Amino acid sequence: MLPDKKGHFGDLGGSFVPETLIFALEELNRNYAKFKQDKKFRRQLNDFLADYAGRPTPLYLAENLGKFLKIDKIYLKREDLLHTGAHKINNTLGQILLAIRMGKKRIIAETGAGQHGVATATVCARFGLECVIYMGEEDIARQSQNVFRMKLLGAKVIPVASGSKTLKDAMTEALRDWVTNVRNTYYIIGSVAGPHPYPMMVRDFQTVIGKETRQQVLKKEGRLPDYLVGCVGGGSNAMGLFYPFFRDRQVKMIGVEAAGEGISSGRHSATLVAGAPGVLHGSKSWVLEDKNGQIKIAHSIAAGLDYPGVGPEHAYFKKIGRAKYFAVNDREAIEGFKMLSELEGIIPALEPSHALAFLKKLSRMIRKNSIVVVCLSGRGDKDLGIVTQRLKI
Amino acid sequence: MNRIDKKFSDLKKLKQKAFIAFITSGYPSLGATEKLVLELSRVGVDIIELGVPFSDPLADGPVIQDASFRALKKNVCLADILRLVKKVRQRTQVPICLMTYYNPIFCFGEERFALAARAAGVDGVIIPDLPLEEGRSFLSRARRHGLHTILFVSPTTSARRAKKLVSAAGGFIYYVSLTGVTGTRKNLPPGLLHDLRRIKAVSKKPICVGFGVSTSAQAGQILRVADGVIVGSAIVRKIKEYRHDPQMAGKVAAFVSRMKHV
Repeated sequence: MLPDKKGHFGDLGGSFVPETLIFALEELNRNYAKFKQDKKFRRQLNDFLADYAGRPTPLYLAENLGKFLKIDKIYLKREDLLHTGAHKINNTLGQILLAIRMGKKRIIAETGAGQHGVATATVCARFGLECVIYMGEEDIARQSQNVFRMKLLGAKVIPVASGSKTLKDAMTEALRDWVTNVRNTYYIIGSVAGPHPYPMMVRDFQTVIGKETRQQVLKKEGRLPDYLVGCVGGGSNAMGLFYPFFRDRQVKMIGVEAAGEGISSGRHSATLVAGAPGVLHGSKSWVLEDKNGQIKIAHSIAAGLDYPGVGPEHAYFKKIGRAKYFAVNDREAIEGFKMLSELEGIIPALEPSHALAFLKKLSRMIRKNSIVVVCLSGRGDKDLGIVTQRLKI
Repeated sequence: MNRIDKKFSDLKKLKQKAFIAFITSGYPSLGATEKLVLELSRVGVDIIELGVPFSDPLADGPVIQDASFRALKKNVCLADILRLVKKVRQRTQVPICLMTYYNPIFCFGEERFALAARAAGVDGVIIPDLPLEEGRSFLSRARRHGLHTILFVSPTTSARRAKKLVSAAGGFIYYVSLTGVTGTRKNLPPGLLHDLRRIKAVSKKPICVGFGVSTSAQAGQILRVADGVIVGSAIVRKIKEYRHDPQMAGKVAAFVSRMKHV
């Protein structure tokens, strides 16, 4: 089973952090290993996932979308229906229960679209812990509603003005906070990125998506799906969906990255499609970088995909050919957003709109009678401002 | 003999301690860095640390972040800095370490970097985001080329781990005075001297203390126990102050000299 004890997926992953953080990662690793086996911990987490977050989420057969795209069956895994409006709560609930058991009083997190920030602020409010969220200034401007939500929930939102002023810089700043306050602070990373054990731990907490999907699709169809599709920024929703199907070789996995204004424009976030191996934020994976190893500024209309790195396990899946990665640009994502809204009465977030937009391409590639599951990782309320502006509604 | 080893052995004979100065390469320009290296070496700085600017310097505070950011705007890269070292090597034998995040080295290629750095006259490398566990291959390549990899020990490092780090490190031990990023602080963290004695007890290699050291009084206190101090942000701040002054290098060196000799 991967990762190995040091967090490596083949030659990827690992812990590329300052010495000061080594003990904190070891402490976290030890505690996570202990509590994930603990029946009381698991029962408490499952109870909160059910009664607080709203699990299980439905697996919905989108018939109109299927007819429109000429795909036999498209199922949507409705993570958008969860409390706080996205899959992020699966992970923050797991991590906060762990933080409490570790005796930590102060929680920090980074956020891009604000979904992970909101999910973190939410659980901090519920469990009465101090909460500090790092968010890039550009993201604060385009996701003001989520900023307001975090503040309402009692979190302190710290604007990050360095670099691209987006998710990358928020994460760098959160790591600096952690290095400084490491003794009393728990860092809730929101994606399958960062140093070991985060990519493994966040994956584990998100696999509830794939585990439910597996049961639901077997019940409805009596067989496994042919394709799993998820959007990939850091990649937590996609990994959560993919991982429980890892051994089912007949199930094909597709991660959809953000091509922004087009791969050739250089303004995109398609790390696995157009990047190279590199080390960023504590792990070796793929990154967007220049020829000197400087991390480039990513771009996407979807703040949650606007990141020049990707979880190391996705890079590993790409390397061994277990999953394939494609990219969809801003314009196509908006079309995907409109398409689902109009055909199914479901307004998706711009992040999974990339996965939805990819279905158009997929429909030309697949056989008849295919079953496709798309992870609808979040709802679109937070993006209405951006989309209204684009569509001039 | 590596210049760092020779330096510490000379200092030991003279019963002196090491003063290590950090500056960001390419800030305010590569030409200025070249002058600074020569001036700092002239006023008796024992070792010079040249920072390699990186886009995401997660161990650095605002002063060095800003200098890095400005150097990067001028596209300063690792190859430029190696050329700079090669050039100053004709005029000074001061030991030089590069302080760089790992990705620029990874991108350059570990083997190619170790070879090029040694050929240029670099004596040691300090990589804040490459812990020993991930750095085994780099350490052995560097060692083969006679390049020291300086490792960090921090206040959160366990005694068992400190022993392991001390035995793997080259040159000297970089003791991080506090949990935090680089930058000046008013006071030294309480317990620092106690922690230093603890680590001195398990190390035959010189221990130098950095992060948060900005005054000669602080340096003096630390040197009661440590073998050297590393000053960075306080110097970079001076560079910023004098960046438009044609006498910048001389003035910064005078500042460093005062700090070193009080």
